[in-house]
Amino acid sequence: MALVRVLQEDIPISPQPFAEIGEEVGLSEAEVLDKVHEWLANGTIRRFGAMVRHQKLGYTANAMSAWDVPDERAEEVGREFAAATEVSHCYQRPRADGWDFNVFAMIHGASKEDCQKVATALAERVGIEDFALLFSSKEFKKVSMKYFIE
Amino acid sequence: MIQSGFPVAARPYAAIGEKLGISEDEVIQRIKAIMDSGEIRRMGASFDSRKLGYSSTLCAVHVPAEKMDAAIAAVNAYHNITHNYERNHHYNMWFTVIAPSKERITEILHEIEEKAGVGPIINLPALKLFKIQVDLPVIDG
Repeated sequence: MALVRVLQEDIPISPQPFAEIGEEVGLSEAEVLDKVHEWLANGTIRRFGAMVRHQKLGYTANAMSAWDVPDERAEEVGREFAAATEVSHCYQRPRADGWDFNVFAMIHGASKEDCQKVATALAERVGIEDFALLFSSKEFKKVSMKYFIE
Repeated sequence: MIQSGFPVAARPYAAIGEKLGISEDEVIQRIKAIMDSGEIRRMGASFDSRKLGYSSTLCAVHVPAEKMDAAIAAVNAYHNITHNYERNHHYNMWFTVIAPSKERITEILHEIEEKAGVGPIINLPALKLFKIQVDLPVIDG
């Protein structure tokens, strides 16, 4: 847990960053490297690298598309959406009061119109007309999660 | 290349330099410059919350204009809430919650409803994950 706490911060930009991390938590450089490799292999660490700001790289728009898919088709439709390069995240979620949509696909594009086109194309591909396209009008918060700090 | 191919090795910046044909020192200077420019939000490990035993969910709530400030303050106060957006729907506030247990998530949602005087908050934990991709291809302009 101590190692998770340090690894979830920015990696030091110095010649031997893993040795520095090891020093903080009382492990050798080799032990830290072994642990990170192990966690990458078993999926505990989803990725190791730089997290870029999408807006700065040309992806100026993103839309959360939410779809009312018959439950028995959710798996098939979800997989179809997931195959689209413009879709970064795709989940099946429960419906709720005032919320009939059960499949979510996050669409990225250069503009809102771009996202709309992608959604229209997805709708045609799976033959589902009932969807909502939610754009974020304001970002109130966007940070990385910190674990084991409570 | 530092987006997903960060070398997990004793001298990662030397390894990057070798691939790019520049020195370790130059790599370090360039990465520092990119970090300072704000193009990179952070650089390090991104953990799978489930593998660490955490529960996560996506939530939404209708917030009337006069309660918006209170709702933003109540929601953003939690380190468990990493993303919070206004979106164009009756459910106009959307946020994620990551916590050590489902019970803790329920507790947080109740606290927000009480503090901000909004709700009910709809709680939409993933039932199935079809795709999660953090890297996007870089497009020009």
